[in-house]
Amino acid sequence: MAAPSVTSTSATTDYLAVHRRKTQLARLRRTGFYVFVAAFVLFCLLPFIWTVITGFKSNDAVFQSPTTYLPHPPVWTNWKKDLTTPRFTRAIYNSVIISSSATILSLLVGSICAYSLARIRFPGKNLVLGIVLAVAMFPGISIISPLYLQFSDWHLINNKLALILPSVTFTLPICIWTLNAFFRDLPLELEEAARVDGCTRAQTFLRIVMPLAAPGVFTTAILLFIASWNEYLFARTFMNTQNAYTVTVAIAQFEGADVASATPWGEIAAGAVIITLPLVLLVLIFQRRIVAGLTSGAIKG
Amino acid sequence: MASTQQTVAPPAVRGRRWRLSAQERSEARFGLALIVPAMLAVALIAFLPLAKTFWLSLWNINLRFANTPRTFAGLGNFTDIILHDDRFHNALIVTGKIAVVSLTAEMILGMVIALAINREFKGRGIVRASVLVPWALTTVVVAKMWNLIYQADYGVFNRLLSDLHIIHSYKPWIASPTFALWAMIGADVWKTTPFVALLLLAGLQLIPHDLYEAAQIDGATTWQAFWRVTLPLLKPTILVALLFRMIDVARMFDLPFVLTSGGPGTETETITLYTYRMLFTSLKFGAGSALAVITFVIVLLISVFFIKVLGAPAGGATGGGR
Repeated sequence: MAAPSVTSTSATTDYLAVHRRKTQLARLRRTGFYVFVAAFVLFCLLPFIWTVITGFKSNDAVFQSPTTYLPHPPVWTNWKKDLTTPRFTRAIYNSVIISSSATILSLLVGSICAYSLARIRFPGKNLVLGIVLAVAMFPGISIISPLYLQFSDWHLINNKLALILPSVTFTLPICIWTLNAFFRDLPLELEEAARVDGCTRAQTFLRIVMPLAAPGVFTTAILLFIASWNEYLFARTFMNTQNAYTVTVAIAQFEGADVASATPWGEIAAGAVIITLPLVLLVLIFQRRIVAGLTSGAIKG
Repeated sequence: MASTQQTVAPPAVRGRRWRLSAQERSEARFGLALIVPAMLAVALIAFLPLAKTFWLSLWNINLRFANTPRTFAGLGNFTDIILHDDRFHNALIVTGKIAVVSLTAEMILGMVIALAINREFKGRGIVRASVLVPWALTTVVVAKMWNLIYQADYGVFNRLLSDLHIIHSYKPWIASPTFALWAMIGADVWKTTPFVALLLLAGLQLIPHDLYEAAQIDGATTWQAFWRVTLPLLKPTILVALLFRMIDVARMFDLPFVLTSGGPGTETETITLYTYRMLFTSLKFGAGSALAVITFVIVLLISVFFIKVLGAPAGGATGGGR
């Protein structure tokens, strides 16, 4: 009976060895996983971090070859210059006005349409959904030539209306689709109770649905604002004097004091951070809701 | 009102229509009234201009010579472009290359990332947040950023690669015909992979966990579970993601315009960028409108193919932005 006891001890040591190897493997896998995750996070952030760093470099430092990883010493001049140059602050002002008008306009028109699609039974609903979808896929370039001729006729070139109006083509579908998903997720009971209590549809919508959907409306507003803040094709085409530039055009057209001078990379980088940081922060603060809003339409169909 | 309602009504509703109570009918009328402003806006700002683009594409119009009368061209602009315009063919090839390479890279990378972050781990919030950064950035800003990064002499990409001993001499990434398209695709993949990953992640979270347990009990390996459970169930999400991205590539303008201006030469000139130039650089509004129509038709064909042939649940095609 000696043999079994020998095998049993060796089995125990075997077991222990296997167990140790397993935990080692698990630890290795976990480390590997975190290395992968860290690499991915760096991949996402590094280009933006580099832009911030460039914003702190003097122009001489930017053009040094090979480039230095850190600015020494860091300078504030680019940021100061951007925030005090009218051509840049003016662009921010233009973009704020245009994007908020487009957002509000889309919300006004889109929210009632989305509510109707989500809650009310009427014939032709699929057709409406199809139209909204078709417009979402419209290439802006395929409507730009008649719009340009029309706006020239109406003397709307360099007028904010020339950007607010066509922005409907890309903000309205986002608005209708995202809000539709939000409205459908609201509990039906409250609306029914309101109806029983004698509220009309319009009253129900204004007093019950809108307050309940406020987070959804807010998320949608952020998405719409970002979409029109980032618009470039129309802005570049319909705005051709420096006073009328939006932020995207201002960043793309950034040039030195005169044509011969080198690209002012420091100022461009600082400007790029200034015009995007508010949006990035907004997105990060409300990330849960925004991700839900972005993907809801896609997943629920 | 009643007759128009009936013509657009799906069959099921049409059958039921006669049984609608007065209240239901007033309800339907209210529902239709609510969609009128949106449909009107869309008709005036999207469909009317689109029809006008079709009309303009049938004429010879050159804004450079404002006083020359327009002459009717019929389908001449289209035959010229489709049959004889080398620059158009080049733009098609460039756009096609971007679509194939970018989409493949994004889908594979996006899937790996989505699978990796589809579980609880410490720091998941940070990962989710950083994923959103490239998505939230303006494309114009992204283009400028990468333009600086790719610069031959003072760009950080060269510095980084040579510090890592991957390259031994600095390369003119965006000024060289060999690299420019790849450099642009790199920037595009950086900007859009996160969005694809988020979409796929949302799809992954809808797959019931029981299915994986069942697969495990049946003795499936992780790899088999991925091919037999994850991929088939994720198919609708993958199709939607592909559809969004295909359309975005077909209307890609900001990135090539700001990063490379379509250059060197026309190495990175996409179909939308070429259309823009025909319109606003050459000022040929007839031919430019014809190109715009062609772009529209391409997008239309892509959508129809994905929705009708592959059965993509096109619902969310609104999220991508451009």
